[in-house]
Amino acid sequence: MENTELMELITKVIPYGTVSQGSQYPEVIVPAGKLHDAAEQLRNLEGQPFDYLINMTAADFTDKFTVYYHMESTQAHNLVVLKADIADRDNAVVETVSDIWVTAEFFEREVFDLFGIRFKNHPDLRRLFLEDDYGFPLRKDFKDEVNIIELPN
Amino acid sequence: MSKDVIKNIIVKDDEDYIINMGPQHPSTHGVLRLEVCLNGEIVKYVIPHIGYIHRGIEKMCEADTYKQIIHLTDRMDYLSAHMNNEAVCLAVENALQVEVPERVQYIRAILDELNRLASHQLWWSAFGMDLGALTTFFYGLRDREKILAIFEESFGSRLLHSFNTPGGLMHDVHPNFQKHILEFVKYFRKKLPDYKNLLTDNVIFHNRTKGVGVMSPETAIAFGVTGPSGRGSGFACDVRKVAPYGVYDQLDFKQVLYSEGDSFARYQVRMDEMEESLNLLEQLVAKMPSEGDFTAKMKPIIKLPEGEYYERVETARGELGVFIVSKGEKYPYRMRFRSPNFSNLFVLNTLSKGLKIADLVAISGSLDLVLPDIDR
Amino acid sequence: MILDIYSFSTLTGAIDKGLNSAMAPWLATLLEFVIVGVVFLIFYALLGLFLVYLERKVCAVIQNRIGPNRVGKWGLLQTIADLIKLLMKELIPIKNADGFLFNLAPFIVIIASFMAIAALPFAKGLQAMDFNIGIFYVMAVSSLGVIGILLAGWSSNSKYSLIGAMRSGAQIISYELSVGLSLLSIVILSGSMQLSTIVQSQADGWWIFKGHILAFISFVIFLIASTAETNRGPFDLAEAESELTAGFHTEYSGIKFAFFFLAEYMNMFIVAAIGATLFLGGWMPLHIGHWQEFNNIMDYIPSVVWFFGKTFFVIYLIMWFKWTFPRLRIDQLLNLEWKYLLPLSLINTVLIAFIALMGWYF
Repeated sequence: MENTELMELITKVIPYGTVSQGSQYPEVIVPAGKLHDAAEQLRNLEGQPFDYLINMTAADFTDKFTVYYHMESTQAHNLVVLKADIADRDNAVVETVSDIWVTAEFFEREVFDLFGIRFKNHPDLRRLFLEDDYGFPLRKDFKDEVNIIELPN
Repeated sequence: MSKDVIKNIIVKDDEDYIINMGPQHPSTHGVLRLEVCLNGEIVKYVIPHIGYIHRGIEKMCEADTYKQIIHLTDRMDYLSAHMNNEAVCLAVENALQVEVPERVQYIRAILDELNRLASHQLWWSAFGMDLGALTTFFYGLRDREKILAIFEESFGSRLLHSFNTPGGLMHDVHPNFQKHILEFVKYFRKKLPDYKNLLTDNVIFHNRTKGVGVMSPETAIAFGVTGPSGRGSGFACDVRKVAPYGVYDQLDFKQVLYSEGDSFARYQVRMDEMEESLNLLEQLVAKMPSEGDFTAKMKPIIKLPEGEYYERVETARGELGVFIVSKGEKYPYRMRFRSPNFSNLFVLNTLSKGLKIADLVAISGSLDLVLPDIDR
Repeated sequence: MILDIYSFSTLTGAIDKGLNSAMAPWLATLLEFVIVGVVFLIFYALLGLFLVYLERKVCAVIQNRIGPNRVGKWGLLQTIADLIKLLMKELIPIKNADGFLFNLAPFIVIIASFMAIAALPFAKGLQAMDFNIGIFYVMAVSSLGVIGILLAGWSSNSKYSLIGAMRSGAQIISYELSVGLSLLSIVILSGSMQLSTIVQSQADGWWIFKGHILAFISFVIFLIASTAETNRGPFDLAEAESELTAGFHTEYSGIKFAFFFLAEYMNMFIVAAIGATLFLGGWMPLHIGHWQEFNNIMDYIPSVVWFFGKTFFVIYLIMWFKWTFPRLRIDQLLNLEWKYLLPLSLINTVLIAFIALMGWYF
């Protein structure tokens, strides 16, 4: 299936999302509140369900967080990126997709550990790598005077 | 496609008999701590605890140039160091639309396969040790030594060679490179029957691995278990076939798939992949141009155009993804590695539930975990 | 006829006579006990060290290595250096361990193997105690060792140790049956439990040849079961270092660990010696029927050489499969015993009894 066709199909099932061709793969941008629904739609997409969540991560853009979900259909081998922006950085909450792809449970724990984004309805939201009282190191405003020595650029 | 959702089920109880395997334990292959709940000899659940070797590579990358990042990626999955390098290089090259010389692509593919072979040899050695067959370790390492000698000759280092650089290679390979590879292929073809005699055909080994830790293809996909572990379950996830990079689309090789999904199938996939890699090496050496540049022309300071880039390669353990968010600077704004072992690890609980503690060791051995790759 | 020139009975007899003429009989007997004890102690220590060295060399050969070659000629002093190291190591006290039992356990293990060695016939006329129930005695005392292992596992108060000890208990109790039954077949054939009589009964051929295929089956069963009984690979589940780090002796250090280590090797020697004595003729030279000349030539090899040659052959077999096979799982281990070895050895015993009754052996 060509990318344009795929994009049309996705637009049909996710009318609230913005579907565009990114630099490499089709991208679907949805509001954070609709993320779980969009993920479910993609997971059960007719003809080529996106059943393999390759990667889930986040990025901190100082004014917002963006969560990324790279997923592939194991039948058609198409790759799609699902994105959602979380505007509220201090109380970042987004719904979990671990009930759709079980592997997301651990990706989400990692994102929670490093970014402090909380996942609603997550079965076991604990920190994965770091101690409980450590900050969230991948946030751009993270400061750790003890362990990280800043070099002058 | 069934609607049944595969879940990671852990039911805790106050009277659980917990054993902590690790962080220092002979069979966890590194600093992995497994919280194992036992009922006699039978495993009730396994909770992996990781982070003992978390070095914050993703954070470090945010302050490093792309050429510097290459040297960090070696330290993730140290057994497929070259593939890790290549993932970053490919991401940068594709983002900049750089045409890499053909010779470089062939050398990279050769190194991929050599590295895959070395990694599988070490896995075979360690897997035998996990099951109590201590002699495998010496047989595996003996043959791995030959590959490391080839690496040493060309790059001066044996394990972490950081030989790739965005646009090509650090320098040209040694003049004897092709000759020694062909010698190795011939040598290792003769040695592979030893592996079969020592472990593959052993009846105790069959009893220990057949039907142990059966993973359905649905489970493999839901947990994102890739690489030989996933292909043992019939999940066609070889990135070299699914999304070919480099010269892999011009080569004749087949994706090794087994449908049983047990530890023995995962073992067989790796054994067959070794033979497949030997075939690939022969093809690659035959096709490799003997003359040519070893690098494309690159600017001294590499700046990626603003955007998001995702690149995938097949390491010895599965699909490695590199995700770069660039703001047009010489440093990546956000760098993320999707490491294959991370996903492979967490299927352990589902696979080993209800089996014996010895099976847990066999399963974790057959998943071929490398801890620095999980923690990053 | 076996030559008397190599018989130790002249030597031992002379010592006995000399002592008795020099002092009161009770004192002479006491002194003889002390002499035998000291000789065995030295023999035990030296043999244990040599076996450790041998295992390292054998496994090195199997694994394409050289093995120890730095300390002494061909590394012969390596294990002595190791022993000195172990002696100088700290005995780490375990906080929550049951102190008395924790310290007692290594001694029980080592005493059990030490007691078994007393009944072995090393050469013609060289046997400390020739019981009329010799084989029964050896079986009984060698299985006392499991008490030590269970105590070690329980008193260490460590989960790994406990699992290892439980495995070991289950394993040894199960495999004791097969060992007993396979030895019983030779007892039936020779008609005696006395080790010296069993050796004498093999003067015209070893039981493994005389007893047809059935005796050979007994020998194989004995080899498997006794390997399991001594907790060696591929049945080393009690230690299983990839699962239980070190099993029942996880918490032991220094010389107490060395005791377990030494006892393991001596147990291996004991089972190999019993196997050699019962199936391969003990110190009896290789005799073939009525080939008088051949038998006479064989008699010129001293009996002590025959005994140790056969024993080390069996030891080599045991080492060989330790370094070749993967480890079994606990349920497979018990299946192997209760579903295959035990029925097989029961049937085998009945058949052996039948051919012994009919006199169908050579």
